[in-house]
Amino acid sequence: MEAVLFFIGAIGAIGGAIGVVVSRNPFYSVLALIAHLFSLAVLFLLLTSAFVAAAQVVVYAGAVMVLYVFVVAYVGEGGESAWEPIPGQRFLAPLLGVALFVELSVAVLSSALKALETHGPSVGAGFGNPAAIGNLLLEKFLLPFEATSILLLIAAVGAIVLANKQKSKEDAGSAALTQRNREAGDGGASPGHSAAVPRPEEGPAAPAPTQGARA
Amino acid sequence: MNIAWYIVLSSLLFAIGAVGILVRRSPIVILLCLELMLNAGNLALVAFSREVGNQQGQIFALVVMVVAACEVVVGLGILVAIFRRKLPMNVDDLRELRG
Repeated sequence: MEAVLFFIGAIGAIGGAIGVVVSRNPFYSVLALIAHLFSLAVLFLLLTSAFVAAAQVVVYAGAVMVLYVFVVAYVGEGGESAWEPIPGQRFLAPLLGVALFVELSVAVLSSALKALETHGPSVGAGFGNPAAIGNLLLEKFLLPFEATSILLLIAAVGAIVLANKQKSKEDAGSAALTQRNREAGDGGASPGHSAAVPRPEEGPAAPAPTQGARA
Repeated sequence: MNIAWYIVLSSLLFAIGAVGILVRRSPIVILLCLELMLNAGNLALVAFSREVGNQQGQIFALVVMVVAACEVVVGLGILVAIFRRKLPMNVDDLRELRG
């Protein structure tokens, strides 16, 4: 039974991966990657890591792939050019892939890891369940856990900066004006601006070209 | 199933992802192939964690997932910026930063 599930998961994972590479339409590539991720979740369950499998399905196949679908829908397909900067790259690349696969397999299988030929040691029912992973994350690996949260924050800020509309050069001065208008318009009503220094001589006289300056 | 099967499968998926990065030209598909390679690494981490009977490898896999999410967010932000500036969506044409 376990072997059957493994081969189902493995065939799904390999098929999904090949589908990602060979699909002409990026949307089909994303769908193939979702199938690949679900197959990998099956394999994770076979390896008795329930929490990683659940996170794979919920976070990866759910949230991250929705982001991909949005961007594919926004950006469009984008044709692939036939021009190759390196001659024969499309034929050399699969050769390199085969070489990489053989090399990795030989490197792992010829190592002295005796336990590779076993199912691994017998573990209890709690192996890899959310309670065990949560204990590890919040006790032993608390510092890496917090570091990844800071990394996520930095990535979110970076994405906002990257995807923001580029201000033209003549708008360089109007950014400050916009900020001033916003302070004047909001007054002290919003708690976020309560710490701003009030400028009573500029507040009411400024026009409100906020939308025009941003467009 | 032996753990070695999972490791061989993981290296095969990694090789497929590497071929995809080398062959394809669209930045979106290149990011997807990067995901393939990261997931192959995840599979190897979880398989080795099962092999030694220690759950700490699964923590590594979760951290890899977080890093992959960050990479997706920043990469897709760059893609949207490329699209807004009406630049070609082709990694061979986007070679201004090339040394």
